[in-house]
Amino acid sequence: MVSTGIRIGGLGGQGVILSGIILGKAASIFDGRNATLIQAFGPEARGSACSAQVTIADDPVAYPYVQNPDVLVVMSADAYTQFIPTLKPEGLLLYEEELVTPKDLPPGVKAYGIPATRIAEELGRRLVLNIVMVGFFAGVTGVVSLVAAEKALLSSVPKGTESLNLNAFRRGYEHGRSLVAAA
Amino acid sequence: MTADPKGVLTGIHFLDGDHAACEGALAAGCRFVSGYPITPSTEVVERFAQRIPMVGGVFIQMEDELAASITMLGAVWGGKKVMTVTSGPGLSLMMEHLGLAYITEAPCVFIDVQRGGPSTGLPTLPAQADMMQVKWGSHGDYEIIALCPNSPQECFDLTIKAFNLSEQWRVPVFLMMDEVVGHMTERVVIPEASEIEITERRWTKKAPGDYRPFEACADGVPAMTKAGEGHRIHVTGLTHDERGWPALTPKSQDKLIRRLTNKIRDNADALTDIREEECEGADVIVVSYGITSRVASSAVLQARAQGLKVGHARLVVAWPFPTTRIAYLATQCRAMVVPELNLGQMVHEVSRAVAGSVPVLLVDHAGGTVHEPQVILDRILEAAR
Repeated sequence: MVSTGIRIGGLGGQGVILSGIILGKAASIFDGRNATLIQAFGPEARGSACSAQVTIADDPVAYPYVQNPDVLVVMSADAYTQFIPTLKPEGLLLYEEELVTPKDLPPGVKAYGIPATRIAEELGRRLVLNIVMVGFFAGVTGVVSLVAAEKALLSSVPKGTESLNLNAFRRGYEHGRSLVAAA
Repeated sequence: MTADPKGVLTGIHFLDGDHAACEGALAAGCRFVSGYPITPSTEVVERFAQRIPMVGGVFIQMEDELAASITMLGAVWGGKKVMTVTSGPGLSLMMEHLGLAYITEAPCVFIDVQRGGPSTGLPTLPAQADMMQVKWGSHGDYEIIALCPNSPQECFDLTIKAFNLSEQWRVPVFLMMDEVVGHMTERVVIPEASEIEITERRWTKKAPGDYRPFEACADGVPAMTKAGEGHRIHVTGLTHDERGWPALTPKSQDKLIRRLTNKIRDNADALTDIREEECEGADVIVVSYGITSRVASSAVLQARAQGLKVGHARLVVAWPFPTTRIAYLATQCRAMVVPELNLGQMVHEVSRAVAGSVPVLLVDHAGGTVHEPQVILDRILEAAR
């Protein structure tokens, strides 16, 4: 049985939970696998530490928490500091490279960075940085298929923002593919 | 009969348990909710408030939980299928109207998304520590039905079952969720309306002059009417006769309270819903419910991988407690292990049912998160020795 534990960490308002929803939806509805999403956030509406835990597996997921993720996605320095000790020894780190400096990276961990906020700004809305990260995740890991991720994305974002989000997703995806190809 | 398509959001969704429970209520025909939103149950009423204008019905945000629970009971006699939604602190306030709902035989559903307590406790974190409160928290002798979903899909399915049971038996039915199940997001399949079985309210066929609102049918359950149909009704929390009029004598008390409790006690075996897995001939049987059942599954699999014969019995219906079945399962094993997110509640019922025939080991937890599977595994290994 293949099972991938994913932890996505960032700040409230960055769209951390939505990233988890898109990945979970892609896997469980459009890839025909199973996914469980658990979310943790503070009482503040914006700016508090926020994280999503997604398990994507062939079989139904029993224990819903991700204690030691296979993949850690971080969009804030705090999230990096908080969650890097939990990453599996051979795990994968995906980070927003202008917000996170991966200091003291455990040996064995593979790390890929992306200037997601800058890309989102180039596209006209800093808000879509989470979608750039989702594309980046799909491009680097292949844990969700491109087709499924795009369908999940389009069914999760507000009407009228589809092309902006799809562009953000594809920029992230291509960036991820090129880093993996170069590695 | 089958569900009204207006309330059924047919399709494959990625929903959290709170939203799934709301969709279950709408599919079941719930058209009135009065609530006082409280974490971690807020999303249930938030979604209901958003959806109900399109379906046709009413959501009222009340000033507190006392108002929410009594308003719900008013809407029953207006003819609606009704629900209220809360968490521990609100549940404590609703205990008064739980008793009123029970003695007036108002079909209604309470959703309790459990969080750490007592008092305001842990607003955003899970527990399963209201299990005894729903059974014993209101005064007097009473019986309720309580269902324990362990996934968003079950939040949908069991909310429908909760409404159906409340209509069938005219008792308050509880959906005992917890913060993890409420906020966990998974695939939820909502079938076509024509595939969802709905229990309609048992409306009286009697003419206004002949109708007695608390005259039991053969199964102990009276038929209902609603205000404005011409039937004379009197609904009171006082002990009453078949007309609904106060009848404050030992004899009428005995007749009424025995009938009410026996509706559930006499049907406890029929109401039993335990999902059993490899229990026959097991060394150890784990008895679990709600979110803890999923953590227990991990531990059970690990124990089996070590060569132990471990069964798993999951209580989908916690109340009425499945005494007969648990007593039988005790004859199949050498020990039982009961993990729960409290310091010992349903374990007392398991012990009572087992009556000393095998050891019953509690795996307690004060709440705030779920067990580590290892802790449950350790107890299974201890029980197997």
